[in-house]
Amino acid sequence: MKMTGAQALIKSLEMEQVEVVFGLPGGCILPAYDPILDSPIRHILVRHEQGAGHMAEGYAHVTGRPGVAMVTSGPAATNLVTPLCDAYMDSVPMVAITGQVSRPVIGTDGFQECDTVGITRSVTKHNELIMDPDEIPLIVRQAFHLATTGRPGPVLIDVPKDVLQAQVEWSWPTDDDVSASLPGYKPTMKGHPRMIKEAARLIGEARRPVIYAGGGILKARAAEPLRALAERMGIPVVTTLMARGAFPDDHPLCLGMPGMHGNYTAITAMQESDLLIALGTRFDDRVTGRVDSFAPHAKVVHVDIDPAELGKIRQPDVPIVGDCRQVITEIIRALDGSGTGAPDLNEWRARISGWQERFPLHYDSHVEGDPLKPQYVMEVLRDSAPEGTILASGVGQHQMWASQYWRFNEPYTWVNSGGLGTMGFSVPAAIGAKVGRPDRTVWAVDGDGCFQMTAQELVTASSERIPIKVAILNNAYLGMVRQWQEMFYEERYSEVYLSPDLPDYVKWAEAMGCAAFRVEDPAEVEPVIAKANSIDDRPVVIDFRTDAREKVFPMVPAGAANDDVVVHPSQKPTGKKVVQ
Amino acid sequence: MVANPTHQTLSVLVENRSGVLARISGLFARRGFNIISLAVAPSDDERFSRVNLVVNVEETSIEQITKQLFKLVNVVKITELHPAEAVERELLMMTVAVGSDQRSGVLELVGIFEGKIVDVGGAGLTVMVAGDPDRLDDFEELMRPYGITELQRTGRVALPKLDRSAVPRLRYQGKAS
Repeated sequence: MKMTGAQALIKSLEMEQVEVVFGLPGGCILPAYDPILDSPIRHILVRHEQGAGHMAEGYAHVTGRPGVAMVTSGPAATNLVTPLCDAYMDSVPMVAITGQVSRPVIGTDGFQECDTVGITRSVTKHNELIMDPDEIPLIVRQAFHLATTGRPGPVLIDVPKDVLQAQVEWSWPTDDDVSASLPGYKPTMKGHPRMIKEAARLIGEARRPVIYAGGGILKARAAEPLRALAERMGIPVVTTLMARGAFPDDHPLCLGMPGMHGNYTAITAMQESDLLIALGTRFDDRVTGRVDSFAPHAKVVHVDIDPAELGKIRQPDVPIVGDCRQVITEIIRALDGSGTGAPDLNEWRARISGWQERFPLHYDSHVEGDPLKPQYVMEVLRDSAPEGTILASGVGQHQMWASQYWRFNEPYTWVNSGGLGTMGFSVPAAIGAKVGRPDRTVWAVDGDGCFQMTAQELVTASSERIPIKVAILNNAYLGMVRQWQEMFYEERYSEVYLSPDLPDYVKWAEAMGCAAFRVEDPAEVEPVIAKANSIDDRPVVIDFRTDAREKVFPMVPAGAANDDVVVHPSQKPTGKKVVQ
Repeated sequence: MVANPTHQTLSVLVENRSGVLARISGLFARRGFNIISLAVAPSDDERFSRVNLVVNVEETSIEQITKQLFKLVNVVKITELHPAEAVERELLMMTVAVGSDQRSGVLELVGIFEGKIVDVGGAGLTVMVAGDPDRLDDFEELMRPYGITELQRTGRVALPKLDRSAVPRLRYQGKAS
């Protein structure tokens, strides 16, 4: 069957079961936008290409399927660089399609030409410039295969305009064609049997074990085996920022989030452990603090599908390359096979509950006349949320409060930018999440600084009838930077003040077709959130006026050891570790 | 055998596609790995090329470099060649500004190093030496007093030392069958 390259491209997306494309057309990608009109694929027209990328990520986070963004060449492609890098850092499956100038024009500095594959090489798992129109189906299949297998990630396809206009003979490659075309790509799924056995032995012998669960658990759909392993051996679990929801927060074995703003018990349990079972995680600096004093007494079992993560930061005693779902299941089987029972961890659990009692999350209560406590807003938002609500966040203080105060009891209900820390992530990511899970309520928690970076996508949400809800914790500051300036720069506040009223968030949201409210009184927090939850025909924005003096605690200062975690001032006398 | 070599050679079989070399050099730049020398050539199968990389392993482990390289989709196979277990060769070409009165000294050195005179001009000679990279260093040092005006080295290429007792077999995956 003969067709144009553009038709072959869209048909290839249909063959990959793509149901939605987030994009914005322009000169070079124009030919691909014609067959979109005849395709069952839903196209969501964004207002800025960065929005398309984050929407694709949000969609992928909650569905596990690759998000697709399609934009034109030049500035559109460069606007996609941030989401690509974000997806690369957080291993989010995503396929980006960019237009390119026609083949004869490449390299001549043509209008809207840029070296897209060159620019995006270091922020994608792989990218490809299609020079042969007949290769379109194969390269699309490769892209989806690469994006979704092994360690997931973004893959970019750059398509010159004349390639889209060329006539091609349609043929859909087989699985064998795809693997033959990728001779260097063979992700290891199954763990090494000897290492599995060794891991099981260490787990059986440990007296102070902690499971250090990362985002890889979610990518591998491994929440069930994780829970089975934890319960089988009675081992407490910490869930990193990327793994919130991978293990239920209300489970008695859950210690919550570790790291720079993790809770005291999660941080200290890791520090004091004799065995870290690191599953789908990469010993990020925000988790380890100073590496040479991180979990100093612990042996490490490290499971990851990416061999390069094993030994990158911390040398594991038992390295296992493989898919978390398979490997955890194999470890449980090895424990069963050797008849290893749950060890006596009573003493360890007693120490842990001691920390939990002594150092719960804490904030000062509201004083009449003061602005709202942001933590209080999070608590009410959490307690008012309908079952299965998905929470997205931007980056900064509000993100940490969201992660700390929400109760994540279900996987794939948390969408955030962990590795790259992309301010402005939440609004477009929440839109993508709502498109992927229209049956769920989706709340975006945002800061006022973040909101200003990508708020224009609420126009997209209004016009496409994607009723997300946005809670702006408006403290009129770049709050996290302010916190660092207060704590580490002697309260010399430099370029962090934003003003609570400029812009007027309510008017702005209304202008973008949203319902909008402003809340200043604690008594109004609950009723206004209830009202927002009841609106389902358009996006809702609430401008919560919060207290700029609030800081995120606990905190491990950058470069400090995790033993030196700083707790809330009221929980002193000691900021130093408390070890019985 | 050298206990802790400062460099190691990686023989990397890559798909013969545009941009592969940029992917490799970009990876090294981004991760802060150091390349000492790099040589690329077609392999015996037109679908693949062989990249020989000599890398500095003082700051970064060869293991991490290899693993990161392997994440590149177009990298098919990597063979680590420890200096003690590899045959390494390099080619050097050099122009020395010597008049006829000094030529005999140069000719003598070229003879000792089993090199060749590849060009002769009124004010100089261009010589070529191939061999073990350390020997090329020595040659360069000895020639320096004569006045080197141009110098080019290819970077080292290497293959693993052969097992004297083994029967011949294919060395890498992806070989045309």
